[in-house]
Amino acid sequence: MIVAHALSKRYGGRAAVSELSFTVRPGLVTGFLGPNGAGKSTTMRMILGLTAPTTGRVTVNGKPYAAHRAPLHEVGAMLEARSIHPGRSAVNHLRCLAASTGIPRRRVDEVIDLVGLRPVAGKRAGTFSLGMSQRLGIASALLGDPATVILDEPVNGLDPEGIRWIRGLLKSLAGDGRTVLVSSHLMSEMALTADHLIVIGRGRLIADASVTDLTRGAARARVFVRTDQAERLAALLTATAAPAAPAGPVRGGGPAGAGVAVASVGAGCLEVTGVSSERIGRIAADNRVALAELTPRQASLEEAFMALTGDTVDYQSPAPVLVDGRAV
Amino acid sequence: MTADALPGRAGRGAAGAGQVTAARVVYSEWVRLRTLRSTFVTLAAALVAMIGSSLLFTGLTASRWSEAGPAEQAGFDPSALSLIGFFLAQLAVGVLGVLVVTGEYSTGMIHATLCAVPRRLPVLWARAAVYSAVIWVLMTAAALAAFLAGQAVLSTQDIGVSLSDPGVTRAVFGTGLYLTVVAVLSVGIGMLLRNTAGATASVIALLVVVPGLADALPVSWAYRVSPYLPSNAGHALAIRAPGPHTLAPWTGFMVFCLYAAAALAAAALTLRRRDA
Repeated sequence: MIVAHALSKRYGGRAAVSELSFTVRPGLVTGFLGPNGAGKSTTMRMILGLTAPTTGRVTVNGKPYAAHRAPLHEVGAMLEARSIHPGRSAVNHLRCLAASTGIPRRRVDEVIDLVGLRPVAGKRAGTFSLGMSQRLGIASALLGDPATVILDEPVNGLDPEGIRWIRGLLKSLAGDGRTVLVSSHLMSEMALTADHLIVIGRGRLIADASVTDLTRGAARARVFVRTDQAERLAALLTATAAPAAPAGPVRGGGPAGAGVAVASVGAGCLEVTGVSSERIGRIAADNRVALAELTPRQASLEEAFMALTGDTVDYQSPAPVLVDGRAV
Repeated sequence: MTADALPGRAGRGAAGAGQVTAARVVYSEWVRLRTLRSTFVTLAAALVAMIGSSLLFTGLTASRWSEAGPAEQAGFDPSALSLIGFFLAQLAVGVLGVLVVTGEYSTGMIHATLCAVPRRLPVLWARAAVYSAVIWVLMTAAALAAFLAGQAVLSTQDIGVSLSDPGVTRAVFGTGLYLTVVAVLSVGIGMLLRNTAGATASVIALLVVVPGLADALPVSWAYRVSPYLPSNAGHALAIRAPGPHTLAPWTGFMVFCLYAAAALAAAALTLRRRDA
């Protein structure tokens, strides 16, 4: 269990993390999601006591990480910088870490086998591919058989087989009742792995919800409409349509902003949010507007993520984001 | 390689299992030191420097002894000549001392290290202790070997000294001690600066360059400043008969120890306060 309370970190004048509060629960895979530069790594480093928060605090299993007497049994972590000296072999790297907490040599061999590095265990880590280094990082994280596992972007550099392996591993770790926190900037990956998501953007909490709630709530279903009377239909929809199915809460039940939005997306094309396709069809028929196309589009988790973080991306491409961002 | 092959959570709950203790941190530092190739390469270089320099310079002196003038013969210090390798060896010891710390910062290994020992300071103490102990053993042996080899060469001209001569034992073991404190100093500076290039340059500047610059001071100042500079002070222990502008052997050595202690204290403060 990780509990962050009003965690903030400032570097000079820039806030990397602002007033972040969340709880990561055992038995679930919690995805920690945000665009690059959102503050994910800084937050993870604060959890591990590597970086001191400017204000706020964070505890792991009830205590600050540094206060634990057997730290590697409490938390096993792999940070984005892979934290491996290239001059040491995989086995020796793990032995160095194991030695300081009295973890036996047998356990080093176990984790080597677990991550599938046995054939290269004696090779220097400097010769490893990105994927092999990731596996060694994961082996280091699991070394102390920890109650909490923190992995920063673990799928980076893994091949499809490795990604599938990671997914299974994370689920089985959570299945053992461990707390599992995994960061990623890829919503699609988290959709397949995580049970719960903590989404941050520019260091602020955007969402803290289950994957199901987040897809249902954050990105409402949109409907694509094509008609040669686009302007008229747009006016009709805005004026007459009552909110369709209201969007679910992103976090525990706030109002979801269920207004109707109609956007022009090209000549004679509309994208309607907040009105069901049935109701659009009905309004069009009542007003004798001929429709050339009427297509409901289920938002993907990817779009939900874009919707949530769209206006918080630090390094944005000039292309406009399709759905307006919405604060909780 | 299947996910469900994760071994059970054995060991948890057993008394003392997984706890960080001073002995374990020291052992971990020992494993770290001997699992890097750079350790062996650099220490071998230090040994070669100590013993090789002795053979080279005593050999040259012995071969030209008959041609040396009376003043040169009178000022000759056989033990100092056979221990002259310290000058090169201190560079190897200093560079490796920096590297055992900055090597972890440049690779990110320091994060894993501090996650394993989140109280941080034991890492610094253990690293300085293990590295300086290794240097003490090796460099004391190297100094002894260099001395004996050098005196064997000099004895061909009957100009050698033996360990039982006054001040000689202190000079030989003092060379080992001097290099041991260089080890502590360089670990401290490495931890303080965290950067290989900066820390290496600082160690070399402190030990080699600054004493050279002090010679450029007006003579009366140089006499007052020079003895207190780190390497001059520390090396007083390794000189058989201290000159008029040198600190007394053990006084000088204590001054050098203070420099190393100051570097270590500054490193400890930085390690505790600064984000890793």
